[in-house]
Amino acid sequence: MTTAAAPSPTIASYARDFDELKKSRGGDASPLLASLRERAWSEFERLGFPTTRRGNELWKYTDLRRLDSEAFTRVSADSIGDITAETIRERSPWSDDWHTAVVIDGQFVSALSRNLSVEGLSISELVQSAADDGQSVDLALGKLAVIEGNPFVALNTALFESGVLICVADGAEIERPVHVLNLFTDGADNRAFYPRTLLQAGANSNVTVIESFVSLGAGPQLVAPVFEIALGSGSHVRHCRVQLENDRSVHLGTTRVDLPANSEFNSTTFATGPAIGRNDVHTRLSGEGAACTLHGLYITNGSSHQDNEISTTHEKPHGTSHQYYKGILAGKSRAVFSGKVLVKPGAMKTVAQQKDLNLLLSRGVEIDTKPSLEIYADDVKCAHGATAGHVDPNMLFYLLSRGVSHHEAAKMLIIGFASEIVDEFEPAPLREYLYRKLEQIVPELESEGIL
Amino acid sequence: MTTSSKQPQKISRNTDLSDQEYRWGFVTDVDADMAPKGLSEDVVRFISARKSEPEWLLEWRLKAYRHWLTLQASDAEPKWAKVKYPPIDYQDMFYYSAPKRAEDAPQSLDEVDPELLEAFEKLGVPLHEREKLAGVAVDAVFDSVSVATTFAAKLEELGIIFCSFSEAVKNHPDLVRKHLGSVVPYTDNFFATLNSAVFSDGSFAYVPPGVRCPIELMTYFRINTEGSGQFERTLIIADKGAFVSYLEGCTAPIRRTSQLHAAVVELVALDDSEIKYSTVQNWFPGTKEGVGGVYNFVTKRGRADRAAKISWTQVETGSAITWKYPSVILRGDNSVGEFYSVALTNNYQQADTGTKMIHIGKNTKSTIVAKGISAGHGQNTYRGQVKIMPGAENATNHTQCDSLLIGDKCGAHTVPYIEVQNPTARLEHEASTSKVSDDQLFYLMQRGISDEEAHHMIITGWSRDVIKELPFEFAMEASQLLKVSLEGAVG
Repeated sequence: MTTAAAPSPTIASYARDFDELKKSRGGDASPLLASLRERAWSEFERLGFPTTRRGNELWKYTDLRRLDSEAFTRVSADSIGDITAETIRERSPWSDDWHTAVVIDGQFVSALSRNLSVEGLSISELVQSAADDGQSVDLALGKLAVIEGNPFVALNTALFESGVLICVADGAEIERPVHVLNLFTDGADNRAFYPRTLLQAGANSNVTVIESFVSLGAGPQLVAPVFEIALGSGSHVRHCRVQLENDRSVHLGTTRVDLPANSEFNSTTFATGPAIGRNDVHTRLSGEGAACTLHGLYITNGSSHQDNEISTTHEKPHGTSHQYYKGILAGKSRAVFSGKVLVKPGAMKTVAQQKDLNLLLSRGVEIDTKPSLEIYADDVKCAHGATAGHVDPNMLFYLLSRGVSHHEAAKMLIIGFASEIVDEFEPAPLREYLYRKLEQIVPELESEGIL
Repeated sequence: MTTSSKQPQKISRNTDLSDQEYRWGFVTDVDADMAPKGLSEDVVRFISARKSEPEWLLEWRLKAYRHWLTLQASDAEPKWAKVKYPPIDYQDMFYYSAPKRAEDAPQSLDEVDPELLEAFEKLGVPLHEREKLAGVAVDAVFDSVSVATTFAAKLEELGIIFCSFSEAVKNHPDLVRKHLGSVVPYTDNFFATLNSAVFSDGSFAYVPPGVRCPIELMTYFRINTEGSGQFERTLIIADKGAFVSYLEGCTAPIRRTSQLHAAVVELVALDDSEIKYSTVQNWFPGTKEGVGGVYNFVTKRGRADRAAKISWTQVETGSAITWKYPSVILRGDNSVGEFYSVALTNNYQQADTGTKMIHIGKNTKSTIVAKGISAGHGQNTYRGQVKIMPGAENATNHTQCDSLLIGDKCGAHTVPYIEVQNPTARLEHEASTSKVSDDQLFYLMQRGISDEEAHHMIITGWSRDVIKELPFEFAMEASQLLKVSLEGAVG
């Protein structure tokens, strides 16, 4: 639980946003959503921003004092500038084939979105759908991303103005990936965005979802997205998360996943950029025989900070889970991996693995890794591991002795280290896009002459 | 140890472990010289006066006491550990009790209170046999005050000081004053602060430069007197190039109410020296229903200077709650820290234990091997920290922590904190949690070995990496303890 010692001086600014949003909407069309927001706001007011105070285990390594002195304000729907399809194509992972929902500055833009509906799949604006459709969306919303005790889920729930709803019908096999592209325009400084996405995958369905965050400008911004993924039994969801924001931004993301019986969820994350980044991912294996993989790559440079708060709860027997994260740290940056696997009583035959490997490239970096296991069932196999180290001098020597230049050799080794995770990205155009990004990012890493 | 040879090896499949009577459960009737119940500045002064301490030590105690009051006021009693216990009423216990004739300390065994000798007899510490036994000197702590020290003369020849803490304060005040609180300052944590204010007695060892202590130094702790806290203070100093191996073994009589034990152990390893500290802890774990038992809230820490080595080995089978993180501050270049641990929890025992390795010097190296065994309703947590400071070039750490679960009501948890601030560091951490392998059990059982015996064999083998670090006699006792503590947990 997080309790703020003293209310942050910037809270008033978020309170204004909340009031304004309420006025501009004239209240949510859906009464359930309206009451959810009220509850969220009062919870946020109660919690405030988390502190690194002693005893606050969840935020031990991530200092958010910047949010106390610097207010980020919501932008209203009409402030979106002129973004053309060409700009999007150029600046973000893109394929004309994909089902793409374009979200600009937190607003769903249907004009720029593509292929929103095929048989078995519908992608729509979330708030509108909640109003039209009533119950089913309403009931699902906020069910996985619990407001209580989570200040940024609360803030998002109170303040999101628009969102994306992805519904996959029972048994539907969606061939091409669904892409939720969150673009942040080059506008005023200190804007706040609250992207919200809800995926409902029907029983035995199969779908790939790409979630990307790209900032077009270089100004400071706050992005606090919430993604709720409700799998149907026997369904299979592949999730790719690409986070490419500018180095002055703050990204505080929350992903909540529920896995009923025999469902499978595979997630791969690529995170780089923000001054402060945090991915709070929680998967709950609520049915028997569910399988979950959470893989990720984080690259930090300069003075950036990336926190990976990854947790998996095994509630029923025969579940498997796999957490595998890799970090590349350069400059004076800092990264955190806080992995947790909780095996509840009765969740027999659970197999859980957890691993965090880090490559430290320069003096001044810090990695704090905490892979923890909490196990209350005896018939399980759980293991975890963590490493931290430098570029292997033997490998470097091997390449140098074969005439590869020092720079090329180091770059090869770093990209090689990253490729284990990047290779998992599907489909191919996305993977290729990320490799191109890596080619740009790696030479820029401040590595004190390694590169 | 002679204790192990005297212990009957009762291994029967149908015996529930806790049905087995706590072997060392007896109460010695000794007139205790007690401080008034509760904690106040007066009690601190009483303890200090009772021990005829110098002014500076009283001041130090009082500073600690005043600091403790602020900690208590700000609710700083640690809550992060994965252990549950009812709130402790610090005013509802005794902070000092000494055996009656403590002031005229016995010069030889003949002068020792026969009742005490009898108590040690029951404990398996036959003092009069000690000299003949494998070169072990015993500094016996009975309810906080040392009553007998053997082998002193032999150690004295080498210039080794091994005595009770109070004697050290009297006879070697400069050494004590220089090192007391240098590794665990009185402000360190809630329980260490409490200890600093009210510590009763403990052991003190000093090994002069270049001397290799020829025998294992040993202390037996016992907790006696209903409701009295036990606050030991141990200080071991290995001067440059010295070596010392220190053993600590513990048993306690059955008590109905829980007992708080908040000890502090400080190790100072100066350049090129080595300290090996081994513990077998078998205090009263409480009843089968989880009633009573010792609360073992201990702060143990060592400081390793240049090329020094500190090695902690512990076998923890007792106590209702264990809260203990023997740590090494690797301050000097090329220093080495080691931690080997087996912690076993059965019935309603809870253990939150592990280590801290703080790498400050260059080329520092640490190794952690931690094994946790949970049975019954036991909760066993490994909590460890490895921290590489920015200046610790080429530091390496290897950590391995494994947990075994026996039965579906227990829990095993692993919470490692790895904090690296130097890119040249190499760290590896591995951990696994599982039950005893069915394949291994099947292999043994199809060769006619009983279920329980097979479990014992597998567990003994599994803990071997730690047990083998113990001095030989202790190793015997330790494997025996594991066996006995797990009786009835299988099948």
